[in-house]
Amino acid sequence: MTTGLVMERIRHAFGPMEVLQDVSLVAEAGKLTCLLGPSGCGKTTLLRLAAGLESVQGGRILLQGHTVGNGAEKFSLPPEKRDIGLMFQDYALFPHLSVFKNIAFGIKNLTAERREWIEAGLERMGLAKHRNSYPHVLSGGQQQRVALLRALAPEPKILLLDEPFSGLDVTRRAQVREDTLNFLKECGVAVLMVTHDPEEAMFMADHIVVMKDGKVVQAGTPVQTYFHPVDAFVAELFGPMNHFDGIVDKGALQTPFGLFPIPAIPDGEQAKVLVRMEGINVTMGNADGHPEEMPKDCCYTTGKIEDAYLLGRSSHLHIRVPKNHGHPDGEKVLLHVRVSGVMKPESGATVTVWADPKQAFVFAAD
Amino acid sequence: MIARTLSFSIAAAGIALSSFIAAPHAQAAELNVYSYRQAFLIDPLVKAFEKETGTKVNIVFSKKGLLQRLQSEGMNSPADVVLTADVSQIAQFEKENLLQPIKSAELEKNVPSQYRAPNGMWTGLTMRARAVYASKTRVKPGELTSYEDLAKPHMKGRVCTRSGKHPYNVTLTASIIAAKGEAAAEEWARGLKANLARKPQGNDRAQVKAIKEGECDVSLGNSYYFGKMITNEKKPEQKEWAASVNIIFPNQADRGTHVNVSTGAITKASKQPELAAKFLAFLSSNEAQTIYSSANFEYPLKAGIKMDPLVASWGKFKADDRNLADVVAAQTAATKLMDKVAFDQ
Amino acid sequence: MTQTAPPILASTIEKRLKTPSIDVWAFGTLMVCLAVAMPIVWVIGLALTPSGDIWQHLVDTVLGNLIITTLMLMIGVGLGTLVIGTGTAWIVTMCRFPGKRIFEWALLIPMAVPAYVIAYVYTDLLEYSGPIQGIIRDMFGFESKHDYWFPEIRSLGGAITMMTLVLYPYVYLLARASFLEQSVCVLEASRTLGKGPWQSFFKVALPLARPAIAVGVSLVMMETLNDYGTVDFFAVSTFSKGIYDVWLNMNSPSGAAQLACMLLMFVMVLIGLERYGRRKQKFHHTSTHIRELPGFKLSPMLATLAFLACAIPVLLGFLIPAWVLGSYAIDFYQDTLDANYWITTWNSLLLSSIAAIVAIVAGVFLAYSLRLGQSHWINVMTRFASLGYAVPGAVLAIGILMYLGWLDNTIDGWVRNNIGFSTGLIFSGTIFAVTFGYVVRFLSLSFGSAEAGLGKITANMDGAARTLGAGPFATLRRVHLPIMRGSIMTAALLVFVDCMKELPMTVMLRPFNFETLATFVHQYAADEMLPEASLAALSIVVAGIIPVILLSITIARSRAGHYAPEEPHLIEMEEAAP
Repeated sequence: MTTGLVMERIRHAFGPMEVLQDVSLVAEAGKLTCLLGPSGCGKTTLLRLAAGLESVQGGRILLQGHTVGNGAEKFSLPPEKRDIGLMFQDYALFPHLSVFKNIAFGIKNLTAERREWIEAGLERMGLAKHRNSYPHVLSGGQQQRVALLRALAPEPKILLLDEPFSGLDVTRRAQVREDTLNFLKECGVAVLMVTHDPEEAMFMADHIVVMKDGKVVQAGTPVQTYFHPVDAFVAELFGPMNHFDGIVDKGALQTPFGLFPIPAIPDGEQAKVLVRMEGINVTMGNADGHPEEMPKDCCYTTGKIEDAYLLGRSSHLHIRVPKNHGHPDGEKVLLHVRVSGVMKPESGATVTVWADPKQAFVFAAD
Repeated sequence: MIARTLSFSIAAAGIALSSFIAAPHAQAAELNVYSYRQAFLIDPLVKAFEKETGTKVNIVFSKKGLLQRLQSEGMNSPADVVLTADVSQIAQFEKENLLQPIKSAELEKNVPSQYRAPNGMWTGLTMRARAVYASKTRVKPGELTSYEDLAKPHMKGRVCTRSGKHPYNVTLTASIIAAKGEAAAEEWARGLKANLARKPQGNDRAQVKAIKEGECDVSLGNSYYFGKMITNEKKPEQKEWAASVNIIFPNQADRGTHVNVSTGAITKASKQPELAAKFLAFLSSNEAQTIYSSANFEYPLKAGIKMDPLVASWGKFKADDRNLADVVAAQTAATKLMDKVAFDQ
Repeated sequence: MTQTAPPILASTIEKRLKTPSIDVWAFGTLMVCLAVAMPIVWVIGLALTPSGDIWQHLVDTVLGNLIITTLMLMIGVGLGTLVIGTGTAWIVTMCRFPGKRIFEWALLIPMAVPAYVIAYVYTDLLEYSGPIQGIIRDMFGFESKHDYWFPEIRSLGGAITMMTLVLYPYVYLLARASFLEQSVCVLEASRTLGKGPWQSFFKVALPLARPAIAVGVSLVMMETLNDYGTVDFFAVSTFSKGIYDVWLNMNSPSGAAQLACMLLMFVMVLIGLERYGRRKQKFHHTSTHIRELPGFKLSPMLATLAFLACAIPVLLGFLIPAWVLGSYAIDFYQDTLDANYWITTWNSLLLSSIAAIVAIVAGVFLAYSLRLGQSHWINVMTRFASLGYAVPGAVLAIGILMYLGWLDNTIDGWVRNNIGFSTGLIFSGTIFAVTFGYVVRFLSLSFGSAEAGLGKITANMDGAARTLGAGPFATLRRVHLPIMRGSIMTAALLVFVDCMKELPMTVMLRPFNFETLATFVHQYAADEMLPEASLAALSIVVAGIIPVILLSITIARSRAGHYAPEEPHLIEMEEAAP
């Protein structure tokens, strides 16, 4: 644990505005840690603190076991002495230097070995023929890869990535992401990456730190974060959800799918059930009897398709169902459901829907 | 590191420069002069002095700021001699206590006492008159005989002059204040302004040019400009300008024409007053006075100098013999008076 | 798992690497500011000494008139340079018409012509007795000036015209650089939003270029405020004439310093207003796509108009004066082309070059130090130090005289008392004094340019360089300086050309037997002896042309996308990922 980056009880304010309140995290060597959160949550500031581009105001930062910043002592090692690599969102390639010179910029002693490393990296990234080009003639993806190589070239103790893929268009993003991940794994460097894209975090990270309003909300593996969100905010990071609010009665909450057991929340308190869009299963027609694939202890309901949007790989359905299970003539609610793209029901069709308990989460109301 | 680079480059610059400009700190056999008078007037005199004595003369020319410079440099100033274009300038040096008395029997012999400071702090070197130039064709003889005539109604729309704030016009006004009092001088200035053919502008030559071209009939001008124009080979048209006018020395019937003198003095900081005095004495010598007369058409102060034939051709005139100290005293009042009558507007 | 603070891992005591570099920058900034601010402090000190009843007299008589005339002159020259400078910059940058390539640099040349020289030349040509009016009289048979109307060159209008002709390049230079930097995408966006080329100019390009244009116009206004040669020659009573009058005719340096400080406050208010006006605007390049400017192809009619619009300022501001001076210079070269001429020229070139280099180094140092994030008071000091430009040259020269004199005599006194010999004057009356004067006066030019140049480089560039192991100085050297070399060249040129023309400080501070081209020109030209002055005057102009052309090439190249002009790269479609 002495390798990698440790940030302890970091506090930071810009003037009167507190952007980080008591944030701690560890980015272990050889692992990729993701800082996930909406814009303005303080994650980029945290990254800049790690890099030394901001001076620590409160808390400590350790790199490979050495203190590089300590708020109490007003000590902050300047960035150039920290041995870190930072890749900016806009790449910040030096416009006056060629691709090779950009990459070699941070290397203090350009030995034959480092030279070879660069050449190999260029080859590996498909940039070999752009070796002597200037950044402005490169495409976004190429610039991104140059920036990555440049950050890695001086063999940093930790690599910091600030929204590394946000500048790329969607069609290229997945591929670049995968290439980057593979490359980083090969390098074996500790990586701390900032992103607001949960899919990206899920894909890349060994460890996700979710931030909100300058605080850490949850930290854990992608699986933990996705399947065990600590609150509605974390749960909703991965896409909009169906909300069912109500008051807990006899240890359960009434939903369109029937009573949802909530043992942790006392009766009479406000609570809500959140179900992911892809956590709602749909079968055509009015189910008579229990659908086969449905768990035995789960309830289902019948509804009508209002709209269906084919999105390609998946379809987005709006299904109107009774608000309370077993009251087909009562108040109705609209479910947002994502199903496989092969399914495209007509508007007005009757369907049977049921919720996957693994994709449903219960939280006390805020 | 940049700071070091900066100081280094300054130091390097200093070295580079000092290698081709020898610092002229008062060394023996070198004389340092601060001159308000222009280089092309002084250079021939300096060359003559250098040739005669073997003493190198270093000069800084400036039309302004030499007093402040001498003042700031204090007793460490390298300057030995100050040359000024008129009396009011040297009077300021005297007032600021920047001079030491000149001890030179030769100067006292050469320069009449009314052109020397009574306390010996400065000496006049040459003289010029504030003359009137009048169109040969449009101004009848006797139509204008005094400065006062310029302000009379019959000259309405016929007079040209340079700025009322120029030292030449200020000292003229000061001489009128000294002679007739401030109220009369103000009346004169108002009258003169009312008679102007155009807004005050240009130098004294430009006024003669305007007479030639018919813009006006008379103008105020220093005597030597006539000589400079009539002999100008580079701009031959100036000969025509000068040829179109007569030079009139005003107030011959009463106090005489207003004159001013260029002066020289020795700085208090000078460590070689004898050499400085020798230089000033040289400027009053036959040789130098002749150069002044022929190169710049000024009047020598030394008696018996053979004047430049051209200067001599303008004839003898009666100069206002009021002590120039009185004129200097009225200088500030004259400047303010010009503002008061909005002469230049 | 990471939510709780991990145990303190590093018990090893760090060798605390303090950051002395910041102290070096802060200390250096302080020293530079102090050195440069001293003369201004001395001027203020001088202004605080009593000046008798001069103010009462001025208020009673000419002050109101001086102020009105000065304001009219400033507004006139400001508007004139704004229209000509911005207009020609836009035409040359955005349109295609014959001669465009030449005008790109030719439009800068009038900058090298000193205002007093152009004033002498045009007076020679245009006054009543000049050749133009002479021809008119001959042609129409007029007898005297009462028979016809002709504009009076020696007037406020004349002064405005003369100064506009030689000062508009300041606006042109900065406006053009700004237009070149603008992303075409922004302009095209404007076009697609239904704005025509002209509307796009006024609604998008102009507002984006406003900070640069504002800097240009404020430079022009300060030059205008401080001009003495032209207004004196044209008998236009401005504030700077008032200052000289109080100083030289009323023998009151303190009164002159008071007027100068009043002028200084006026300038500070102007600068403050401008900054306040755009306090909320931050200009960043929102689009990273910068392509070759399209260049509107103009119809023959419009192309002719564009040609004329660019040709007339060059003709009036450079060709005619150069022709007049050139013909005099040829006629009289035997009298003027001697050994002294070469020494004088060498002095001018050397002094101006050194001053330009020192001013650039100091300006970049200050601007970068501010970027590194210094405290508020250093910011204030830096602004104060760069005020020299707003103080009339002669008044500033008094400040320098007094400051250096005090410094010299203090050193001398100390050495005398403690070591026992006299150092005499070390700085006063040396080339150092003149160079120092130039730097004090023109630091704001280099500082402003450096600040603007740095402002265009995103902070991420610093971050990238720093995290790659480059310290503050290495970052400046390896990243900022190469990127902003255009701004730096511009600043160096401005300072160089201004030093070549500089008069009052050179005259007052120079060593013995020292002439520059400017002092040489002035001593003759002020006496209306243009032939004698012509060769030196022409030399000033020529010395300015060479860097002007170099600069123009640099600006054209500094446009993003031109870092490797030798490589005709096309933007390639990204090849398949590996």
